[in-house]
Amino acid sequence: MEQADLQRLFDSKIEQEIRIEPKDWMPEAYRKTNLRQISQHAHSEVVGMLPEANWITRAPSLRRKVALLAKVQDEAGHGLYLYSAAETLGTSRDEMMDDLNSGKAKYSSIFNYPTLNWADIGAIGWLVDGAAITNQVALCRTSYGPYARAMVRICKEESFHQRQGYEIMMSMAFGTPQQKQMAQDALNRWWWPALMMFGPNDSESTHSQQSLDWKIKRVSNDDLRQEFVDKSIPQVEYLGLTLPDPDLKWNEERGHYDFGSIDWEEFYRVVSGNGPCNKERLQARNKAHNEGAWVREAAMAFAEKRQTNVA
Amino acid sequence: MGDNGLILGQRLAEWCGHGPILEQDIALTNISLDLIGQARLWLSLAGQIEGQGRDEDKLAYFRDANEFRHLNLCEQPNGHWGTTILRQFLFDAFHLPLLEQISKFDDPQLASIAQKCVKEVRYHLRWSSEWAVRLGDGTEESHEKMQQALADVWPFAGEAILANAFDLELAEINPAYNIQMVNKAWWSTVNDVFNQANLEVPAANWAPQKGREGIHTERLGFILAEMQFLPRAYPDAQW
Ligand SMILES: [Fe+2]
Ligand SMILES: [Fe+2]
Ligand SMILES: [Fe+2]
Repeated sequence: MEQADLQRLFDSKIEQEIRIEPKDWMPEAYRKTNLRQISQHAHSEVVGMLPEANWITRAPSLRRKVALLAKVQDEAGHGLYLYSAAETLGTSRDEMMDDLNSGKAKYSSIFNYPTLNWADIGAIGWLVDGAAITNQVALCRTSYGPYARAMVRICKEESFHQRQGYEIMMSMAFGTPQQKQMAQDALNRWWWPALMMFGPNDSESTHSQQSLDWKIKRVSNDDLRQEFVDKSIPQVEYLGLTLPDPDLKWNEERGHYDFGSIDWEEFYRVVSGNGPCNKERLQARNKAHNEGAWVREAAMAFAEKRQTNVA
Repeated sequence: MGDNGLILGQRLAEWCGHGPILEQDIALTNISLDLIGQARLWLSLAGQIEGQGRDEDKLAYFRDANEFRHLNLCEQPNGHWGTTILRQFLFDAFHLPLLEQISKFDDPQLASIAQKCVKEVRYHLRWSSEWAVRLGDGTEESHEKMQQALADVWPFAGEAILANAFDLELAEINPAYNIQMVNKAWWSTVNDVFNQANLEVPAANWAPQKGREGIHTERLGFILAEMQFLPRAYPDAQW
């Protein structure tokens, strides 16, 4: 087929909501955009293990310890599905990992914030996984097949994480005065970074329109953010906690909550590598990778030996 | 049994997010989850038998080091991946035959917990054996690292398979319990796997360890300081 015909076929598939599959022809920029987004998402799952893993050994009950271990393990699993989805676009997991470790690839900035008290584990499950779900439910309809299917699988587990996180928040907020204080402190620190997870305002977002046209992205950043705010506020009220935003109020006319403006200067500072934990997170990933090198080499050498023995 | 699972599970949990390969990070976390899950069953049962109202968390979080009864092997540091594998293997090779015996005890509660654990631990032993062989017989570097790691953990293994007064007492009440048989099974697994892995049994003697009598190494205090700090700092809190 001619290039123009291929393009027409691709466009009509997008138009008719037919998924694009790895073997299908696709514009190079479409492939690149998907690769960037899926690998970033995979890296976020993997780097996202670190702030939560920080509290596994200190979890305050055995039930919580087991739940947190299982949750962080789920995130590793999400990383695996997503790396596999990204690999269908022609880049190996090793290459993607190298880009993460060198700092070339990005991951969600939220994981550059520290977990400082036990309620942070609740706040992350509730708000960070919650914001992720808001994003990912929309992505279940994304146009690239392997990504959409990975999202469906992941969304199920993410909503479990969110409930678990909220449950921790409830036991903290309804607990002793010190526990309530920890819960409030965690909420104060995680609220704004969670809102930043939806990315720049639509007016500022460079990739947004093309991604919407290609149906990689299905809902705009600002719409998703609004949805998240609207859904979270009753949950905050139920906990008896307050949000660190004096401008927050119900807008009868819009049928939505109005909220204050995001500190974009902070957002871009963290994205560009100068957040509270960027260096630590990358160092931890590099350390795991480098110290694991002899293990991976040995496993390969062993597999080869066994293969030649069999042959 | 509960303390073995809890302390080794806690050690393994330190790896979570830092493993050499994502798949193996998941596998090791699984073993940690199993062991802590098993510990919850054993500790709950222990608290119930004691009858003083202590549940799994009271036992895990509000005992001091000298009240813990695990093997000192379990509390040894993770070292590198190979150290963790060998510590795990030496433990699994003991854990499995022991559980097989307990699963035949007359006491239905002990037997049923052990039966559940056996299924999980069979997999643990397979996994740690495979890794011991893979790394022992991988590259020259990995072989060397394994032999050196073995020198570190080996002295602690004796405590698992040598009888103490408690073993003799237990054998009298429970004819199904026989530490000599555990010892035999352990040696046969160890010899078999080391053979495949090209690893040599170290010449060093067992270090005299008495973890099962509550005398631990200096490591335990730090593990507990970390693990127990929240419930100890806020004893009235529900989490
Ligand atoms: Fe996830
Ligand atoms: Fe996610
Ligand atoms: Fe999650």
